[in-house]
Amino acid sequence: MSDDGIGVVMPPSSMAPAMTGENPLHEVDDRDRSGGRIPWARIIGPIIVFGLFVGFWYLAHYVLMEERRKFLIPPPHEVVKDSFLTWSVSGSESLANIAGGGLSDQLDGLLLSAKVAMLGLSIAIVLGIALATLMSQAKWIEQSIYPYLVALQAIPILAFVPLIGVLWGFNFRSRVLVTVIIALFPIVANTLFGLLSVDRSYHELMTLNGSSRWTRLRKLQFPAAMPSIFTGLQISAGLSVIGAVVGDFFFRQGQPGIGQLIDRYRASLAYSQMYGAVILASLLGIVVFWFFGWLSHKVVGHWYESRSG
Amino acid sequence: MTADAPPATDVPATDVDVALEFSHLEMTFPDGTHALDDVTFRICRGEFVTVVGPSGCGKSTLLRIASGLETNTGGNCSVDRDALGYVFQDATLFPWRTVRRNVELIAELHGVSRSEMAPKVEESLQLVGLKEHEQKYPRQLSGGMKMRASLARSLVLQPDVFLFDEPFGALDEISRERLNDELLTLFMTKQFAGLFITHSIAEAVFLSTRVLVMSARPGRIIADYEIPFDYPRVHDLRYEPEFAELSGRISHDLRGAHE
Repeated sequence: MSDDGIGVVMPPSSMAPAMTGENPLHEVDDRDRSGGRIPWARIIGPIIVFGLFVGFWYLAHYVLMEERRKFLIPPPHEVVKDSFLTWSVSGSESLANIAGGGLSDQLDGLLLSAKVAMLGLSIAIVLGIALATLMSQAKWIEQSIYPYLVALQAIPILAFVPLIGVLWGFNFRSRVLVTVIIALFPIVANTLFGLLSVDRSYHELMTLNGSSRWTRLRKLQFPAAMPSIFTGLQISAGLSVIGAVVGDFFFRQGQPGIGQLIDRYRASLAYSQMYGAVILASLLGIVVFWFFGWLSHKVVGHWYESRSG
Repeated sequence: MTADAPPATDVPATDVDVALEFSHLEMTFPDGTHALDDVTFRICRGEFVTVVGPSGCGKSTLLRIASGLETNTGGNCSVDRDALGYVFQDATLFPWRTVRRNVELIAELHGVSRSEMAPKVEESLQLVGLKEHEQKYPRQLSGGMKMRASLARSLVLQPDVFLFDEPFGALDEISRERLNDELLTLFMTKQFAGLFITHSIAEAVFLSTRVLVMSARPGRIIADYEIPFDYPRVHDLRYEPEFAELSGRISHDLRGAHE
């Protein structure tokens, strides 16, 4: 039951008999998860929605926008052509050369932002799990630290980005710091929740058998907390990409990441490249989010039944 | 199964045999709840004692004191805690471990290496009939199978004293009776000292060499029954007139305990 329904799509003819033959009780369940009577629906559905979206985009450009404002929403094929099919722009061929255009510049920016996001996320994971572990050890430690974590979460970090730039320089280190601050809280909160929500009887089982704090953490609390930790990781992974892109956007100096490129394209009216950069940035977020979902399924999927099934 | 085992009640209780002893045990919780009042009894190896009583009377507190999870405020409790098995109300299996890895857990916590414990783990899995399910995860097991795995986990270290805190309370009648039968088989093979807590009078009479009735809070022992039936006890014993008669008397005492 753990492997079906994930990334495997079988034609209807081979799927139906296999299910009725083996486990009729679960037939309805499986059919629901693969999206009705057509197993292809999980593919077809999103494609239809994507088609509608692109259609609406064209409609916006050709019908809904006034003539003099049409340049604000270039049609999709222009975005693809200018952002992804043009490797690099040189000379004075287009307005975009002010900012640098084409896929090569965009990929450079994306790579920089991806590095910032990944390093920031890694630091947030290590720091967050360590903090949560420390906080799980005594109520007073938890109560001493928690208010500051909430404060860290509550301060409008993006408004502080220019300040961090001035204090630390507009460099890689400052961008990573912004990402860590943004991604830290969900990891701490979810890990702590996981470590503390183990039933009392399990703790008593460990107590009866003379377990040390460390054994208890290692053999009981950490494994039990894994599903929560992954929930936190998935949230923070998405946030780390946002942190890296938006932090970069506000820095406005230093080597450009994808956020700065978005700002520069906007300033130089290179709207088709700007949409391309936005698409790349969101693709990065999707890939990272998807990766942690996949990892979670690999690590705890064999024993933990998530609600989304 | 040793069919010629003598009824455990015939064994004289010399000091050497005593596995668990409560004398004038008192328990008052910090919030002022008086849970146990002057409880005195002893259990010898080869004895299976069940305590029945109204809910909240302190039956479970007795087990928690015996195991060291709580400390009594008066009197004495003497037991060898290194040779203690404790079976919880719920199976408390680790969902991320297979049945086999769960059965290994307690021995593992006591620092026994996997190769060293392997024969005992095999034997325990065989005894509870889970050998063919050893690679399954707890979520794939029925309630009865989970409880069997929990029993097997406690068996690996071969405890001399077994404490059972209403282990079959959540099971349906059929599973409960079947596990009662299996528990008796274990009792006869291993000849441990058993202290069992339950709400079910039929379960108490069927399993035990002796049944103690406890009063409502503060818990006191108000009746003490020797159960005369020979082991091995068969399923149909539950429908014998003597069984019904004894159950009726205990039920009568228990009703008195509520007042």
